[in-house]
Amino acid sequence: MSDDTDGGGRTGALPRILWKVTKIAATVALTFLGLLVVTFLIGRVVPVDPVLAVIGDRAPKSVYDRVFIELGLDRPLYEQFWLYLQKVLSGDFGQSFLTKRDIADDIARVFPATLELATVAILIGTVLGVPMGVWAAVRQGRLADQVVRVLGLVGYSAPIFWLGLLGLLVFYARLHWVAGPGRVDIAYEYSITVKTGLLLLDSAMQGEWEAFGNVMSHIILPASLLGYFSMAYISRMTRSFMLNELAQEYVITARVKGVPEWRIIWVHALRNAAVPLVTVIALSYANLLEGSVLTETVFAWPGLGQYLTNSLQNADMNAVLGSTLLIGAIFVGLNLMSDLLYSLLDPRVRRQA
Amino acid sequence: MSSLSRRDWLLSDQPASRRQARLGQAYRTWLSFRSNWLAMVGLAIVLALILVALFADVIAPYDPVLGGDLRTERFLPLFSEGHIFGTDDLARDIFSRIVHGSRLTLMVVVLVAVIATPIGLLVGTTSGYFGGWVDTVLMRLTDIFLAFPRLILALAFVAALGPGIENAIIAIAITSWPPYARLARAETLTIRDSDYINAARLQGASSARILWGHVTPLCLSSVVIRVTLDMAGIILTAAGLGFLGLGAQPPQPEWGAMIAAGRRFLIDQWWVATVPGIAIFIVSLGFNLLGDGLRDVLDPKARK
Repeated sequence: MSDDTDGGGRTGALPRILWKVTKIAATVALTFLGLLVVTFLIGRVVPVDPVLAVIGDRAPKSVYDRVFIELGLDRPLYEQFWLYLQKVLSGDFGQSFLTKRDIADDIARVFPATLELATVAILIGTVLGVPMGVWAAVRQGRLADQVVRVLGLVGYSAPIFWLGLLGLLVFYARLHWVAGPGRVDIAYEYSITVKTGLLLLDSAMQGEWEAFGNVMSHIILPASLLGYFSMAYISRMTRSFMLNELAQEYVITARVKGVPEWRIIWVHALRNAAVPLVTVIALSYANLLEGSVLTETVFAWPGLGQYLTNSLQNADMNAVLGSTLLIGAIFVGLNLMSDLLYSLLDPRVRRQA
Repeated sequence: MSSLSRRDWLLSDQPASRRQARLGQAYRTWLSFRSNWLAMVGLAIVLALILVALFADVIAPYDPVLGGDLRTERFLPLFSEGHIFGTDDLARDIFSRIVHGSRLTLMVVVLVAVIATPIGLLVGTTSGYFGGWVDTVLMRLTDIFLAFPRLILALAFVAALGPGIENAIIAIAITSWPPYARLARAETLTIRDSDYINAARLQGASSARILWGHVTPLCLSSVVIRVTLDMAGIILTAAGLGFLGLGAQPPQPEWGAMIAAGRRFLIDQWWVATVPGIAIFIVSLGFNLLGDGLRDVLDPKARK
């Protein structure tokens, strides 16, 4: 990362990038392997007998023994892991005991609901969180700063499922401002042809504006709730990045030159703060997956989180491990993406690469 | 000794003994902590939680598990006579259940801290001190645990271990240590080549002795701050597990499980689910404020 290697011309650049890509790929592969080991081991310690889960407890002993061998349970642990690895890599997560379908199909069916919710939430969180953070930094120590701080503290301290219940109670049951649990009213369910699985997108593309409004009315409460929690995090980080930037010398130079204050804040400083901010937003997008487990339960939202809780409550271990693995993989992916974006956006980091 | 002279003794610039210097340092820290009123509010909330948990039997007017008369005392509203927070569907006094629930909350926080902190310290200091392949292996392991969102991993562990508050505690502890390990490693890296460590090594101290006696104490303060800041998260995770029916089981008066039980009556008897939520909110707010205050006082690097 010293200057001589950077200035060494383009000859060394390609191998260096290749080396970096290999290194990242190795790290990701290793982490993913670790995820697999963890889920595999969790699957082994469950008190549920996987054979009985397949055949039920009335089957004769001979059937039991056959399935026991079919599932590979007679082999040593490392061979079982090898089998598991091969299956997972070919997209086979086993069957759900509950829905009797392949886990991969089940997940593909429920995932768009979570994706849609998380995306609307992160939009809300970013659109509100960034200006609030900037505002708090500019008026550091004054009322605006305190208000943003308190809003953030509430976001860090309140249980999300409780706020969700209160939201349903106030805005749905009492005020009738929004639609209740679920993604869409039954009346509209068949007027939307599901293509992408993102109902907002599907209904808008088909020009079903009434259905679109209904979907919007359903999504707005859970998305605002999740968005509020991302906002708490994003505004706090924006504030600290902005404070950092506003203390830099280029800001003083700009002031001396007579650049208007709004331009200094929103153009000069925010542009520099935007680089680490992208990482923060990507991370909170990943964290929304976690928040969605509880939120989806409260709002009966038919997404990954609800699928996971349902499987948990019915001891459907294949489904639990499949969705845990998927969420872990998405988490790793988004982390990686935020790293890459960081190096793309920041010329200083890019040069070091 | 009058109070004024005691203060002078504590704040003396020329302490006569090591004890005086230490007490003086602690007093200065306390003074700077005291000037932060939000942190004091946090401290008050946490102290109140501890007191309520200790004296739950004295404070709670009713039994937390056994209800009253099912014909006349179900769903009494807030501020009813004798039931300040009303009663739930089994005619149990909600105030008494909240008071007894504080014990479960405190137990979760304390046990998770007691289990996760040593694991994090051990992994982090070992990794930082030895470096090389030990470091690589341990940090990869840490990264793998960090690669799962915390609640999801805890859910998977609870699914494997079976529901219940003990298993919830184990699951949360297993998912809590990685950030502490990272932190302890970073601290260890900054001190492992310092002269006093070398001196200890030259005197023939074993690695275990250096790690435990000379490295760990220096990592402790930053890890403790981090643990305090995490406590709100631990409470929320435990409440979330309780809400999903995977943590404390009924009839235990765990706050998250109480919200889940009150959910069925949300529209008409809204207080049954609302009051436990307020309790969770206040306690985790208290830990957040306390953690922020501690960080401002004890961690000069975070002070800007």
